[in-house]
Amino acid sequence: MDRRSFLKASVVAGGGVLFGLYPEPQAQAQQGRGPQVPPDPHNYITVAADGTVTIVAKNPEVGQGVRNMLPMLIAEELDVDWKNVKIVQADFVESKYAGQSAGGSTATPTNWVPMRQVGAGARAMFIAAAAQTWGVQPSDCTTSSGRVMCNGKSLSYGELATKAASMPTPNLASLKLKDPSEYKIIGHSQPGVDLKKIVTGQPIFAIDVKLPGMVYAAYQKCPVFGGKVVSANLDEIKKMPGIKDAFVVERPVITDTVIPGEPGLENGIAILAENWWYAQSARRKLQVKWDEGPRAALGSALFAQNADKMSKEAPQWTIRNDGDAEGTLKSAAKVLEANYSYPFIAHGPLEPQGATAQFKDGKLEIWSNSQIPGRGRQLVVQTLGIKDSDITQHMVRGGGGFGRRLMNDYMVEAAYIAKQANGVPVKLLWAREDDMTHDYYRPGGFQYLKAGLDSSGKLVAWRNHFISYGDNKNFVASGAMGPTEFPQRFVPNYALHASVQPLCIRTGALRAPSSNAFAFVIQSFIDELAHEAGKDPVDFRMEILNSAPWKEGTPGIVPDRMKSALQLVAQTSDWAKRSKSLPKGTALGVAFHFSHLGYFAEVAEVKVDAQKRVKINKVWVGADVGSQIINPSGAENIVQGGVIDGLSELMAQEITVEKGAVVQNNYHQHPMVRLAQAPPEIQIDYVKSTYSPTGLGEPALPPILPAVSNAIFTATGVRLRHLPISKSGFSWA
Amino acid sequence: MAYKLNVNGHTSTVDVPGEMPLLWVLRDSLNLVGTKYGCGIGQCRACTVHLAGKPVQACLTPVSAVKDQPITTIEGLSTDGTHPVQIAWQDIDVPQCGYCQAGQMMSAAALLAKTPKPTDKDIDTAMNGNLCRCGTYLRIRAAVHKAAELGSSASAKTVQTAHKEE
Repeated sequence: MDRRSFLKASVVAGGGVLFGLYPEPQAQAQQGRGPQVPPDPHNYITVAADGTVTIVAKNPEVGQGVRNMLPMLIAEELDVDWKNVKIVQADFVESKYAGQSAGGSTATPTNWVPMRQVGAGARAMFIAAAAQTWGVQPSDCTTSSGRVMCNGKSLSYGELATKAASMPTPNLASLKLKDPSEYKIIGHSQPGVDLKKIVTGQPIFAIDVKLPGMVYAAYQKCPVFGGKVVSANLDEIKKMPGIKDAFVVERPVITDTVIPGEPGLENGIAILAENWWYAQSARRKLQVKWDEGPRAALGSALFAQNADKMSKEAPQWTIRNDGDAEGTLKSAAKVLEANYSYPFIAHGPLEPQGATAQFKDGKLEIWSNSQIPGRGRQLVVQTLGIKDSDITQHMVRGGGGFGRRLMNDYMVEAAYIAKQANGVPVKLLWAREDDMTHDYYRPGGFQYLKAGLDSSGKLVAWRNHFISYGDNKNFVASGAMGPTEFPQRFVPNYALHASVQPLCIRTGALRAPSSNAFAFVIQSFIDELAHEAGKDPVDFRMEILNSAPWKEGTPGIVPDRMKSALQLVAQTSDWAKRSKSLPKGTALGVAFHFSHLGYFAEVAEVKVDAQKRVKINKVWVGADVGSQIINPSGAENIVQGGVIDGLSELMAQEITVEKGAVVQNNYHQHPMVRLAQAPPEIQIDYVKSTYSPTGLGEPALPPILPAVSNAIFTATGVRLRHLPISKSGFSWA
Repeated sequence: MAYKLNVNGHTSTVDVPGEMPLLWVLRDSLNLVGTKYGCGIGQCRACTVHLAGKPVQACLTPVSAVKDQPITTIEGLSTDGTHPVQIAWQDIDVPQCGYCQAGQMMSAAALLAKTPKPTDKDIDTAMNGNLCRCGTYLRIRAAVHKAAELGSSASAKTVQTAHKEE
C-alpha cells in the first residue's frame, strides 16, 4: 500500500526519538472524513534513549482493560519487556488511529492482527537499523528484551531509535508474527495500567478534570423525553449563592414515534456555579413549567396491556419462517406454550455522566469518557455548527461504561454550555437522578413462545411472537430480534413473528444488547422443553446443538464450539453427578448463549430457602473465545463481573414509566448485587480453540440469568418467566 | 461560613455553607478528587472517608458536622501508596473501571483497623454498603484478606525491629 505520508524522526528531550507521523497537507485536510487509516507503527511507539518504550493505547478505557490489552499486543511483537513499557492514552485523532471506540466486545477481534503488526513493524525497523549499522543481513539478526543481536554484537532499541525512525516502514501484512509458544507478554497477566493511580486516588476520571477558572454546570431536562421549557424562575435562581448563570436551552423537539438512536441535545435549563453543589442546590429550587408533549400519555401499565392484547391478535409481521412451524405444532406429540417478559433496565455506571469543555476563539477543547468519541464529535459539530478541525478531543478514563457512554448526550451538553460560557471552562456533571431518569434503557419486551416435541422428545417446531417497541415494522434502538436468533437453524420449523407498540423513552445498547434479555427467554424455555421431554438439561441442549448441519463458511454460531463450551462446563461442574446429589432446596441450572462472537455455557449451583431467598453457592463458566486469552487477570475479572452484572439484572432491576417519565431515580430503586450477595466462587475455564481471539466484555453475561432461574426451577418447582424475579417473591439470602 | 478542616494531616480553611456535604468540599474546594460521587444518597459509598478513624459517607456528611474530627481520604491513606490495603489491591489487581475502589479501600482500611483478621462474614458486613458496578467483589474479598496478612506481617516486623533495637 502506498503510504501517503512521510516519516520524520525528531529528537525529544532527554535524547530520545519520537516516532511521529507528519501527514501531508492534503491528508491533513482530509482529517476526520477520509477512510480509516491503516495502522502505522510511528503513531503508536516511542523509544527513548534510555530504552524506555512508550506505547499509545488508542481506545477508550471504561474498565474493560483495553488500555492494557492493546499495548500488550504491540509490546509482544515489538519484543520488549513489559516492565519497560509506559502507556499513554491517545486523544481522538481519526487521521492516526482507526476504530477508536469501545463497544460490542470488538476491540480484541478487530485489533488482534493490526496491533501485533504495529509491534512487528517497529521491530523490523529496529532490526533494519542494526543490520545497516553492522553491515549484516536483517535476517541474521534476532531480538530480545528491546535489543537487536547478531554474531555476538548487540544494540538496544534506545541506541537504535534515531536510525530506526528513518528506516522505511515495512509492509505490515508481510511480517511473520510470533508463534504463541514464544509469547512473553500475551497470555501472561498484566495488572491494570492505572492501578497505582486508582489505589492512591489520583485524578484520572472524567469527573476529576479541572481547569483554571472552571465553573460547574448542572443541566435540568424535562422528565418526559421531548418536553420543552415554557417558563422557569431563572431570575430567582441567578440570585442564589454561588450561581454564575442560568439559561434555557431551546432545541427542536423530536416528534418521531420511533425516537432516533442518538437524538442529541435536548431542551433544558443550564445552571452554572462556582462549584457543583451550588449548581445542584439551585436546581432544587427550580420551578419549571414544562410542555411535556404527547409522550406523557404513555406508561408501563399501558405497555403491558397492549402486549397482552397484541399477543392475542395476528402478529404485525413475520421476520422469519423456516419449514412449517404452524403445521408441525398441530401435529407434534407434545406442545408447550409460555409467555416471557423482561423490563427496561438502566446502565447506571458508577461515574455519572459528565464532560469538561472550553470554547475559546472559535475552538473547542473537550475531555470526555465517551465509548464512541467519533460519534460524539460529529454530534458536537452538528449541534454547535463548528468545524471538525476546530475540536481537540481528549479521551479520559470512564468510571464504567456498559454501553451508556455509547451515547454522547452529555458530551454535546457540555460542549453547548461551554460555547455559551464563551471562554470559561465548564465542567458538566449529571446527578445520579439525571442518569437514572435520562438513560438509553435496555428495551423491555414480551415473547409468546410455542414449541413442539416429537414422540422421541426431539424439538421439531419453535414459534415466537416477539412483542417489542417501535412503529410501522420499525423497532426502537436495540429493540429488534434478528432472523437468525437461536434456535433458528437448529429446529426445522421455526417461525419468528413481531409486533410493536409506541414507546416514549430512549433506548440503546446495554452490555450484551438483546442477548442479556433473549438468553433468559430462550434458555429458560429450552429448559422447560427438556423437562417436558424428560431429558437431562445438558443432554437436551447437546441434542439441539447436534441437530444443525454445519460446514465451514456457514454464518453465525458454530455448533461444535458451543458444544465444547457446554461439555467443558458440564465437566468442570461435575454436572452428571452433582446434579443428582445435592440436598433438597439446592440445585444446578445450566444455560448457554452465543453473543459478540463468544461461546459461553454456564452452570450455577443455587440454594433456595422456604422464604424464596436465593444463595448462589458457585458458578462455573465454560467459554470459547478463540485461541488466546490475552490478559488472563483482566479476562477473569471481566468474566466474573459479567456474571455478577447478570445477577443484578435477574434479581431486581426494573425501570418503569408513568405519564411518560421514568419512575426510578437512584440505586435504591434499581439495585445491583452487593458483595455478600455475589457468588463466593466463579470458576472460569476456556476451550482453547483454533479460532482467532474474540472479546469478553459482553458474552459472559447472558447465560447466567437462565442458568440461575433454571436452577431455581429444579430446586423449587417454580418456573420463572418474568424479570426481575424479585417480582415473583424472590430475594437474595 | 468559614470551616477549619484537618484533612490528611493538613489544616485548611474553607468558606462554604454549613450544609454543603463534605464530599463536595473535598472535591471542589480542596481539590481532593480521589473521593468519588456515585449516588448522593448513601447507597453506593464511593464517597467513603474516615472521620476520626470511622468510615462515613462524605455525600451525607454536612461540613458543619465535621468540627475538629480529623478527616482521612484515599489521598491520605498513606503517603506513598503503601498502606496494606493499597498493596493488596494492587497485588490482586482488583479494579476494573476503578471508580468505586477508593470507597472500597477506605471501608476495608477502617475494617482492618478495628478487626485485623476479619472473617468472610466480617468482610460481608463491613463492605456490603460499597457497590461495585463492575462486580469485582470476589477480588475485593480476596484483597481484604491479603491486606490483613500484609498488615499482620508488617506489625510483626515492626515488633521484631523494636526488639532488635532494644
